[in-house]
Amino acid sequence: MNVPISIKVNGVERQAEVEPRTLLASLLRETLCLTGTHIGCDTAQCGCCTVLVDGDAVKSCTMLAVQADGCSVTTIEGLAQGEELHPVQKSFHDCHALQCGYCTPGFIMSSVELLEKYRDLDEGRVRELLEGNLCRCTGYNNIVQAVLSLAAERGRT
Amino acid sequence: MYEFEYRRPASVPEAVEMLRDREGAKALAGGMSLLSAMKLRLASPDVLVDLGRIEGMSGIRLEGAEVRIGAMTRHAQVAASAEVGKAIPALADLAGRIGDRQVRNRGTLGGSLANSDPAACYPAAVLGLDARIETDRRSIAAEAFFIDLFETALQSGELITAVRFPVPRSAAYVKFHQPASRFALVGVFVAVTGSGEVRVAVTGAGPVVFRAASIESALAREFSAAAAGAAAVSAQGLNSDMHGDADYRAHLIPVLAARAVAQILERQG
Ligand SMILES: Cc1cc2nc3c(=O)[nH]c(=O)nc-3n(C[C@H](O)[C@H](O)[C@H](O)COP(=O)(O)OP(=O)(O)OC[C@H]3O[C@@H](n4cnc5c(N)ncnc54)[C@H](O)[C@@H]3O)c2cc1C
Ligand code: FES
Ligand code: FES
Repeated sequence: MNVPISIKVNGVERQAEVEPRTLLASLLRETLCLTGTHIGCDTAQCGCCTVLVDGDAVKSCTMLAVQADGCSVTTIEGLAQGEELHPVQKSFHDCHALQCGYCTPGFIMSSVELLEKYRDLDEGRVRELLEGNLCRCTGYNNIVQAVLSLAAERGRT
Repeated sequence: MYEFEYRRPASVPEAVEMLRDREGAKALAGGMSLLSAMKLRLASPDVLVDLGRIEGMSGIRLEGAEVRIGAMTRHAQVAASAEVGKAIPALADLAGRIGDRQVRNRGTLGGSLANSDPAACYPAAVLGLDARIETDRRSIAAEAFFIDLFETALQSGELITAVRFPVPRSAAYVKFHQPASRFALVGVFVAVTGSGEVRVAVTGAGPVVFRAASIESALAREFSAAAAGAAAVSAQGLNSDMHGDADYRAHLIPVLAARAVAQILERQG
């Protein structure tokens, strides 16, 4: 039996009728055509599918769309303002923090929350806090650098 | 995953009724373990009863000499809680090291205990601190709660509502984490309770969390890292897998207990 849900996605109220087993990641990618949210492992390991639900970074491959009913979801598509990149996107760009780019949307969404919620960041702490995201190209140094340089700019180091 | 029906109760009694109504019904908390099991078809409930919208099932309160934590409280909330950080810093520290940030934003205390994964962290704190598990129908002592691999004292359809942690004099949790899963290869929780009893709870090493009696009695004689480290722990009945055999796990237990004791003594200055 389908369930009606309503979710605010990147600021826009969206309604859908979903099967309860629909994952949030599938709703975003297949129903709403927001394919910036990637699926890497589909088993809550890699963090590629990270989005923000009411401001919390979560793995959308391991959350049901019905669990997000009534919530506000931000995906990678919701970060830039028109042509202007979000500061985290810009920092990833400046630090060359991507290689193939597959893990990048997840790392960026995860870093957005990290930079909102945590202070006293140093390299070790950032590496620890990014444990939920894996980069198959192993480009961690520049990713950590991108987060740290923005953290320094915001007085969070 | 297979199809299922989705229910969203507004209260604990309503949830219990929904679980009683249908034999194949299961509670859904953070979903970090259950949804993965359903994808693998290791679990295939007909009905999921989502506890996510029940008011009053999450939250942290200091009540006298106890910290009461609602079953739906997420790991991230426990890690960030000023009350827990002050009363039982070892518990906040433990919660902040579970899995990763995204897992801590969804996973809950009740879900972790009900699941009773042999490598889960919270069971070590619950047993180490001699906490009580409150359900919709009774209160269960830690010692009676954890039974075996993925098996607890919970009856079918029984819901954990909260856990009461007595505030200890001091405590520390040291986890040797398995870097791929981030679970505990072995984790040791050492506590000196309010009455001065030393308790040592071990997770990850056996099929279910247990107390290390030899280390407890060594520490009762002399509370030092050296005493904990010198205690012998038998490998009999411990887990062996590709990440470490039973002997290795048995070796880790006193090593980690010694580190936990060192942390406690250091904090006391
Ligand atoms: C990548 C990853 C890394 C992890 N690392 C760790 C780690 O290092 N340490 C650790 O301890 N855990 C770890 N976990 C597990 C995590 O802590 C889970 O959140 C937890 O085990 C299950 O909690 P949940 O709220 O997600 O429960 P769910 O997955 O929703 O439910 C789990 C089980 O508990 C039952 N249940 C849920 N709530 C209740 C309740 N209130 N009363 C009765 N039954 C209930 C459900 O029916 C189900 O059977 C990890 C998980 C992942 C995905
Ligand atoms: S796709 Fe969700 S964690 Fe890997
Ligand atoms: S850039 Fe290729 S997976 Fe991270």
